[in-house]
Amino acid sequence: MSNATSDNETVHRVSFLDRESVNIPILKILQADGTVYDNAVMPVIDEALAHRIYDTCVFTRVLDERMLGAQRQGRISFYMTCTGEEASIIGSTASLDDGDVILAQYREHAAIRYRGFTTEQFMNQLFSNEKDLGKGRQMPIHYGSAELNYQTISSPLATQIPQATGVGYSFKMQGKRNIAICYFGEGAASEGDFHAGLNMAAVLKSPTIFFCRNNGYAISTPTSEQYCGNGIASRGPGYGIHTIRVDGNDMLAVLAATQQARAYAVENHSPVLIEAMTYRLGAHSSSDDPSGYRSKDEEAKWQQHDPVKRFKLWMINKGWLTESQDAEMYERYRKEILAELKVAEKLPMSMLDTIIEDVYDTPPPRLKQQLKDLKKHLKKYPDSYPNSKGRL
Amino acid sequence: MAEINMLQAINDALSIALESDENSILFGEDVGHFGGVFRATSGLQDKFGRDRCFNTPLTEQGIAGFANGLASNGMVAIAEIQFADYIFPAFDQIVNETAKFRYRSGNEFNVGGVTFRTPYGGGIAGGHYHSQSPEAYFTHTAGLKVVVPRNAYQAKGLLLASIRDPNPVIFFEPKRLYRANIAEVPDGDYEIELGKAEVVRQGSDITLVAWGAQVEIIEKAADMAAKKGISCEIVDLRTLSPWDVDTLAASVKKTGRLLINHEAPLTGGFAGEISATIQEECFLHLESPIARVCGLDTPYPLIHEKEYMPDALKTFEAIKATVNF
Repeated sequence: MSNATSDNETVHRVSFLDRESVNIPILKILQADGTVYDNAVMPVIDEALAHRIYDTCVFTRVLDERMLGAQRQGRISFYMTCTGEEASIIGSTASLDDGDVILAQYREHAAIRYRGFTTEQFMNQLFSNEKDLGKGRQMPIHYGSAELNYQTISSPLATQIPQATGVGYSFKMQGKRNIAICYFGEGAASEGDFHAGLNMAAVLKSPTIFFCRNNGYAISTPTSEQYCGNGIASRGPGYGIHTIRVDGNDMLAVLAATQQARAYAVENHSPVLIEAMTYRLGAHSSSDDPSGYRSKDEEAKWQQHDPVKRFKLWMINKGWLTESQDAEMYERYRKEILAELKVAEKLPMSMLDTIIEDVYDTPPPRLKQQLKDLKKHLKKYPDSYPNSKGRL
Repeated sequence: MAEINMLQAINDALSIALESDENSILFGEDVGHFGGVFRATSGLQDKFGRDRCFNTPLTEQGIAGFANGLASNGMVAIAEIQFADYIFPAFDQIVNETAKFRYRSGNEFNVGGVTFRTPYGGGIAGGHYHSQSPEAYFTHTAGLKVVVPRNAYQAKGLLLASIRDPNPVIFFEPKRLYRANIAEVPDGDYEIELGKAEVVRQGSDITLVAWGAQVEIIEKAADMAAKKGISCEIVDLRTLSPWDVDTLAASVKKTGRLLINHEAPLTGGFAGEISATIQEECFLHLESPIARVCGLDTPYPLIHEKEYMPDALKTFEAIKATVNF
């Protein structure tokens, strides 16, 4: 049997392993000034790909700024930003095939944008209107699109991790050269589903990329109170999983690592773990105030590692972007998002009938009866139910 | 048509399911070469290969999450949870994910291809971690179908229907009957429609309803009652969610009385749901309060298993009390 102990070196005095026993290098390609390290091996990237990546960065920045503002104005109930983590999310998504399935946690809207989710679709979800693909059933930021192979976000933490293992395995069984990619934070890696998902992927040989955004905080809990080991990457070899740690604020490093991870996963029908060391510049969500648990100095320090700025400088150095083009992009997206926001917030919510749809493939008799009873009540007291008034 | 036991019927159903749809995959703890702790999956790995019938690591939440992922991407996932007592580590995946996948995504994605098979119930000297009947936790969750067969014939037909149903199903198998129940089972492919109860025996004085292993208990009680001149109608619910209100209500309107029997504890059990609904549907037809004969509100005991069980004798006493109310 394949029990490793018989192959191991033996010692004859007690000697323990600890976190320092595991030395994990961190891949860095792009420096803060936009130049590349001398001996760095570049990812596969051309001007068109660089523009698609940067365009997604700018859109996401503007979306986050505008929608956090909209939440503060009371126009939407909730919001989450990915500010500071754009390189981790976009660099990895940009390394994939469009047929690869993305299973995200909740902070990866840049990934669905990269795939082609329109500004209008974002607004429809955020305002839970009748055009929301999710039929207004989940809180803002729970995006999903079958067309874009981006599975709808689910609020319970880490549940997407073993699911990703199943999606990856299904590709193997279907004989397709596709993979699943699963995003999660270092906090989610404390859940049992993390262990279950990675262990099963390793044992069952599922082509899946597990992408940990180690962004420093799980709501208010810092990594020092989350784990004692050497980050999340140190666990990969323990599961028998090919693992790499990258600078999560370095677009080129994330791109390079994920491109090679994908190739490995497809060729070997095997999982890969990527730990991207980054920092959540914003609050956890619109309901959170980070000034209660971290210092302004700490945040200011990380501002200097801004992944979008770093990538922009590289684009400018390459002669692929100018400051005025950059400013024009920001302005264009500000206008577009505001215009779409104004349309979306005026659209009505879905018809009441949708409340019993999709529980099962077709509503069973009990649900139809409940809807009938409900409508009778709503017709009697329409003024108490303004959302469905006149739309029954 | 052959006389086979329930395990052989389940094995046969699984074999037909794998044979008839190459997208289907069977997995769980020890289900591979060994054939499962009860041997329900015997021989299937040899027949369908290690990619389609395999052991998983020992992780129920992993099995459930993996099943969800497979089904979300177009596969048919047939997962075994070794004992229903051990389904709780998978509770979040089943209740929050499996059940809500279609609803929360607005039908952008669904996991209708998932079936969880799991042996449930007592009467095997298994103590409280090998005897539980956790069906009520799942009937409370919209989006799941909950199915329980009572014999080998049903096990095959209901399991095939469950696997092919476009909704996720939890299929509770009465392990007490795995080898004890032997029935005539057709050789070929057949399905029994989900969501339909079966009137097992006609009667006029009282309706007895149960599912799974308890159906034979209420049949025994009905035989005892018959000797006292009481005519019992027997209904097997077969599917608990969504359940067949019409068939049961029609029976109660005919007999005027209802007794519900289940192994799970009384409080919060599915009998409460049936009782409330039948009271609404049949209020003017009822001639006595609806009786519930259920497990005690204790963990499932070991040495006092016989005392705990809602057996035929307790059921017989309740029938008499209800008829003579």
